[in-house]
Amino acid sequence: MADATLTPKAAEPVSSAQMRRQMLKEFWFYFSENRGAVIGLFVFLALVLVAILAPVIAPHSPFEQYRDAVLKPPVWAEGGTANYILGTDPVGRDILSRLIYGAQYSLFVGLVVTTLSLISGIIVGLLAGYYRGWLDTIIMRLMDMILAVPSLLLALVLVTILGPGLNSAMIAIAVTLQPHFVRLTRAAVMAEKTRDYVTAARIAGASPLRLMFRTILPNCTAPLIVQATLSFSNAILDAAALGFLGMGAQPPTPEWGTMLAEAREFILRAWWVVTFPGLAILITVLAINLMGDGLRDALDPKLKRS
Amino acid sequence: MSDAKTIDTMLEVRDIKRDYELPGGFMKPKKTLHAVKGVSFKLERGKTLAIVGESGCGKSTLARMITFIDEPTSGELIIDGKKMDTRPGHLTSEMRQKVQIIFQNPYGSLNPRQKIGDVLGEPLAINTDLSAAERRNRATEMLIKVGLGPEHYNRYPHMFSGGQRQRIAIARALMMNPKLLVLDEPVSALDLSVQAQVLNLLADLQDEFNLTYVFISHDLSVVRYIADEVMVMYFGEAVEYGTRDEVFSNPKHEYTQTLFKATPKADVESIRARIAAKKAASAA
Repeated sequence: MADATLTPKAAEPVSSAQMRRQMLKEFWFYFSENRGAVIGLFVFLALVLVAILAPVIAPHSPFEQYRDAVLKPPVWAEGGTANYILGTDPVGRDILSRLIYGAQYSLFVGLVVTTLSLISGIIVGLLAGYYRGWLDTIIMRLMDMILAVPSLLLALVLVTILGPGLNSAMIAIAVTLQPHFVRLTRAAVMAEKTRDYVTAARIAGASPLRLMFRTILPNCTAPLIVQATLSFSNAILDAAALGFLGMGAQPPTPEWGTMLAEAREFILRAWWVVTFPGLAILITVLAINLMGDGLRDALDPKLKRS
Repeated sequence: MSDAKTIDTMLEVRDIKRDYELPGGFMKPKKTLHAVKGVSFKLERGKTLAIVGESGCGKSTLARMITFIDEPTSGELIIDGKKMDTRPGHLTSEMRQKVQIIFQNPYGSLNPRQKIGDVLGEPLAINTDLSAAERRNRATEMLIKVGLGPEHYNRYPHMFSGGQRQRIAIARALMMNPKLLVLDEPVSALDLSVQAQVLNLLADLQDEFNLTYVFISHDLSVVRYIADEVMVMYFGEAVEYGTRDEVFSNPKHEYTQTLFKATPKADVESIRARIAAKKAASAA
C-alpha cells in the first residue's frame, strides 16, 4: 500500500547519522562488487600511508650520497646488500628511500592538480551550462582549442613560459586537464537544468548562484568524482613525463619521473635504476584507475542492478 | 457568477498570449508558434478552475505563465487584485509567495539530493529569516497536514512512493501560504487508488487554507470530481468556458463534444452494453 503512512505511526525519526551510514553501506556494497577496485583502493591507501610516514619508514635520507656504494644492485641480485634493498643510483643514493619520498611528491601533484582543475572546471562548466548563449559558445570553443593540442605538448609549452619547476608543472597540467571537467559539468548541468525540481526551486525564489551550486551541482557529482580519480592518475603520469623531460621537478628532488630521467644513461648497465621508479608510477596509476572504475560502478545509478 | 459586484476575484487573466519563435534554418524563414492565442478568464477565491485539453493545446504553457515561469508575450495577469509585472527580475518575493505550482511528475519535481526536510524548508530559508528550528517545526507541521509523519523529515525522495512524493510536492507548495495553486496534471502520473487519495487531500487543503486552484488535466473524470468551472482549450484557444455542470451537461463547441465522447466509460452498464454489442456482432 503506497500510503500506509497515512495512519500515524510510532516510527523512530531517522537521524542523519543513521542515513549516512546506510548510504555508505550501500556505496560499499556496489564498490566491493568490483574486486579490482577494492585492490586499487587498498594499494592507494597503502601509498598514502607510505607518503605520510616517509620520514619514519625510509631507511636512508633521499639526498644522502653514499660514495662507497654507487650503483649497487638490489638485495636479491648478485652484489646487492641488505642495506640498500632496491639498490642505489649513480651517485649512491638509496633508491627505496627516494621512491618512498617520491610518493609524497606524486600524491601531492595529483591532489593539487585535481583540486585546481576540478574547482575551475566546475565553475566554468556551471556558468556555461546554466547561462548558455554566447558565454557558453566562447567557453566551449576555448575548451575545444585546449583539447585540440596534445596535452603533454601544451603542458610543455606552458612550463617553458612559466619556467621549469614542480609548481609550474602542476599549473600547466591542471590547465590541460581542466577542459574535461568543464565539458562534463556543462553536459550534466544542461541535463539537470530542465528538470522540474530546478524550476520548483526557481519558483521558490532561489537565486542563480543558489540554483547552480546548491540545487544543480550536487546532482552532477557522480561523473565528476569518477573523472577526478582518473585525472588524479593522469596528473601523476603527466608530472612524471614532464619530470622526465627535465621540465618538472628539478634534479635532487626524488620525484619518480625525474629519477627516471637522471638514470636514463644507465638503463643498459643498471636495470634497477629505471625499473623501480617506472614500476612505482605504473602501480600507482593502475591502482587509481581501478579505483575510479569501481567508483563509477558504485555511483552511476544506470549501472546499479537493483 | 450572477451577482458580479460581490464576487472576490483571485485570478484574472486578460487576453494572455504566448508565442514561441522557432529558429529558421538555412533557406528557411523564422516561424512563430502561437502556443496560447489570447485566453481570458476570471476565477473566484476558493474555487477550482479546470483547464482541459489534449496534449500540446497550450494548457501547460498557460500554467507556466500564471506561475511566472514563462513570460507572456502579451496580456495581463491580475492576481489578488494586483497587476503582476511578469518581466524577469521584477518579481518580488511577496508576489511569488502568492502563486505556487505542483508538477505532473513527482519523480522529477523533488531534488534527489535534498532531504525532505530541506525540500520543505528551502522556500522559508530563501524568503524569510526564520531560524532553523522554526523552519523545522513548520516543515514537520506541514508533513503531518499532507498525511505524512515527522519521521519522514530526514529521508530522501527516492525512499517514497509516487503518491507520497506528490504529497511532499504539495507540502512544499504550501509552505509559503500561497493563495493560488496551479496544479499541472497533479495526479496523472499516479495509479487510480492513489489518485483518489491525493484528490481528497487537495480538496481538504482547499477548504482548510481557502485556496484557489487552477487544475490542469486531460482526465475528464478527475475534472468532474474537483472542478467548479471548466475551460476547454484547443490549439491555444479557449473554446469552451463555463461552470462544470454547464460544460458537462451541454457542451457547445464541437471539440468539447468529441472530447466527451472519447472518454472511456468504465461503469458496469456501459461494459455490459459493449459486451452485448460484441456478441451481437459475432453472432451475425
